[in-house]
Amino acid sequence: MTPLLSLSGLTKAYPGVIANDDVSLQIAAGEVHALLGENGAGKSTLVKMIYGLVKPDQGEMQMHGAPFAPAEPRAARAAGVGMVFQHFSLFDALTVAENIALGMENAPKLRDLSEQIRQVSDTYGLPLAPNRVVGDLSAGERQRVEIIRCLLQDPKLLIMDEPTSVLTPQEVQILFETLRKLSADGTAILYISHKLEEIRALCDTATILRLGRVVGTCVPRDTTARDMAEMMVGKVLATPTRAGVEPGEIVLALNKLSLPSPSAFGMPLREISLELRRGEILGIGGVAGNGQDELLAALSGETPAPVGMVQFQGADIATLGPNARRKQGLLAAPEERLGHAAAPDMSLTENAMLTGAVRERLDRGGFLNWPAARGFAERIISAFDVRTPGPANAARSLSGGNLQKFVIGREVLQRPEVLVVNQPTWGVDASAAAAIRQALLDLATGGAAVIVISQDLDELMEIADRFAALNEGRLSAPQPTKGLSVEQIGLMMGGAHGMEVAHV
Amino acid sequence: MIRLEKRPQPSRAFAYLTPVLAVLATFVFGGILFAALGKDPVQSILTIFWEPLFGEFAFFYRPQLLIKGAPLVLIAIGLSLGFKAGIWNIGAEGQYIMGALCGAGFGLAFYPAESALIFPGMVLAGAFGGWLWAMIPALLKVRFGTNEILVSLMLVYVAEQFLASMSLGLLKNPEGFGFPGSRNLQQYQSAHNAELIAGSGMHWGVVAALIAVIFAYVLLARHRLGFAVRVTGDAPRAARFAGVNPSRLILFCLGTSGLLAGLAGLFEVAGPAGQVSIDFNVGYGFTAIIVAFLGRLHPVGIVLAGLLMALTYIGGDIAQSQLGLPAAAIQVFQGMLLFFLLALDLFTNYRLRIGRVETA
Repeated sequence: MTPLLSLSGLTKAYPGVIANDDVSLQIAAGEVHALLGENGAGKSTLVKMIYGLVKPDQGEMQMHGAPFAPAEPRAARAAGVGMVFQHFSLFDALTVAENIALGMENAPKLRDLSEQIRQVSDTYGLPLAPNRVVGDLSAGERQRVEIIRCLLQDPKLLIMDEPTSVLTPQEVQILFETLRKLSADGTAILYISHKLEEIRALCDTATILRLGRVVGTCVPRDTTARDMAEMMVGKVLATPTRAGVEPGEIVLALNKLSLPSPSAFGMPLREISLELRRGEILGIGGVAGNGQDELLAALSGETPAPVGMVQFQGADIATLGPNARRKQGLLAAPEERLGHAAAPDMSLTENAMLTGAVRERLDRGGFLNWPAARGFAERIISAFDVRTPGPANAARSLSGGNLQKFVIGREVLQRPEVLVVNQPTWGVDASAAAAIRQALLDLATGGAAVIVISQDLDELMEIADRFAALNEGRLSAPQPTKGLSVEQIGLMMGGAHGMEVAHV
Repeated sequence: MIRLEKRPQPSRAFAYLTPVLAVLATFVFGGILFAALGKDPVQSILTIFWEPLFGEFAFFYRPQLLIKGAPLVLIAIGLSLGFKAGIWNIGAEGQYIMGALCGAGFGLAFYPAESALIFPGMVLAGAFGGWLWAMIPALLKVRFGTNEILVSLMLVYVAEQFLASMSLGLLKNPEGFGFPGSRNLQQYQSAHNAELIAGSGMHWGVVAALIAVIFAYVLLARHRLGFAVRVTGDAPRAARFAGVNPSRLILFCLGTSGLLAGLAGLFEVAGPAGQVSIDFNVGYGFTAIIVAFLGRLHPVGIVLAGLLMALTYIGGDIAQSQLGLPAAAIQVFQGMLLFFLLALDLFTNYRLRIGRVETA
């Protein structure tokens, strides 16, 4: 039987990097095919070629056995390829139907379109009211808008780029039900992810990319997550290890920490209480935008809090600014690497000075000791294997993973009493992520306390001793991670955000 | 297809090359402008750039270079601190006027007493006047989040009205036969900002400008406050994370630039200008914005740029009188310099790629 889509020998080179090198794969109708690989493995480039956003240098594609070379996304859509991007392109101020109409070539009247939307959403178990304003929808509901937008074109192949990164476990289950139904109706799905358990649960076949090449294919159900990870990375992964440490005395305590939202798009913090002990790692999960940034800012001192709400080593530090907190040993590494944790156009030496001035004694009476800052930057670079020609290079010249290692390394090397990190391994390749997690574990073993805010639940389960979730600016009561089930975690994260499980 | 591509690192070569290229481009397009006005372009540009330095009357023009350059450098140094941090004081002209008024007012209050303390007192009063005028946009921004560009610019026109009122009223020379304008400070020995070396153009304002340059250089290169200024300009969130208090930085940057502009006004009114008059201000405060950018917001660059701008002022005057070039043409010529500088500045962070567009 002719496959639905067949790629043979696709090659695409950018200056200095070969994004795809002789990539071949076949997708049958109704197949759920996973495309697996680390950041920078070439997954995005490959699907962009299928969707007509990028032209391959070499190789050819066939759809139903006929040559397929879309010059632009419109041609790809006409041929039956739909794509749901990781980042949504929706207008907050418009309704669901209006948003969908904007993306169509010949949009029918809004009333007819609403009827179609209702039909599709009923058929595939994606409850969605066409007249709701997109700005009021949750991330999961917005994703449904994007999916329905694709389904209205009646696609033969649906490409989904990291669809679950913004969903709670319950929302993931709803999505999977929909995808299974689509697949049963004969629609092929190309599913891009690096979350191995999801792929094992959903996909029929997986193609694994590494450095632009196909390094293997497998049947995910019959392959362990570890084996797939090692194919992805190309080497045996070291599982982070730690010596068991008994939690020590309380070092940081939040007492009903409440702060108003810093901006119109922010999230207020609502009565957050927790006690953090020496030697423990507290994992804080939650869907993005539920107060993660605000909590980090409240802990780092960027947003001072009312008296009494933040206690550090028994003293009230709620009103202190970032440097006063650093002096006492409370350090932080924000999520946004460029522009928040580091100044993009400044050198690594200057970025080492940025947070290291106080604890590394780089500041003597207001005058800055640049040779010492350079030495500190060099220590970070060598201790954390940051790939860069030297400390004089600008922060923005580093790759995301290398800059993240620099940012985490900068704080870890300052011997914190408490370290707060937000998304420490976001967009970082697997081996660098393992190194960062190991550094956090070592820090806790050494008697410091660590708060890891992350949207990667696997990461939190792997390194955290206790787990809590942020939902609408509230923090759930921390639970020991041992024995915590996915359902419990999902409920702590706020369940399905008011969405009901699809009835198909 | 031509497109711009962000460089991974800012190009150092271009950072230094840009001012030179901008000057050359200004020569070319300025020449075309002068040719279109029916003047010989080569001779016009030579008149502007060569005549003041090496011409027949260079002995007269060279001291003018210091006299005109000093206020530009003094003001531009202050502005550059704010500009580096993304705090835009556009109203140095007003702060310059207020500095002159406060300083001159302080001196004239003691007329005709002679004392060695009067001039230092005037310097402090001048600095205070400029600082105070800059504190208005600073406090409004910190307290109410107003836009400092608009407020500082509007306050220039308030200051100009104030200047007119003072020239016609409170500070008017009682022995001036009813003409507007104050007493001539050049004839009041204790208040006169005289040349330190006769015929050199070197007055206290030049000294103050040099001190400001050294101060700014050390501040930016070695001091925590200068680092805070630079980080804020590059990444405000990172600066906050590093413990910089944005409100204090706004007060510091606007305050310092106002203070230096006030000093420049005082040294001008007590020296080269000599008196408070309705048309006392000649636009140093605005030209200093060009000087700050032409000098790449770097203290040493600002000195060079200040001297270059002073040269175009002096040369422009000569070109007006000798060649009959309209004053507006000279202003366009000066404007071109800033235009080309800002345009070419793009290439410090971007490179030009000529080739097929790739949608990715």
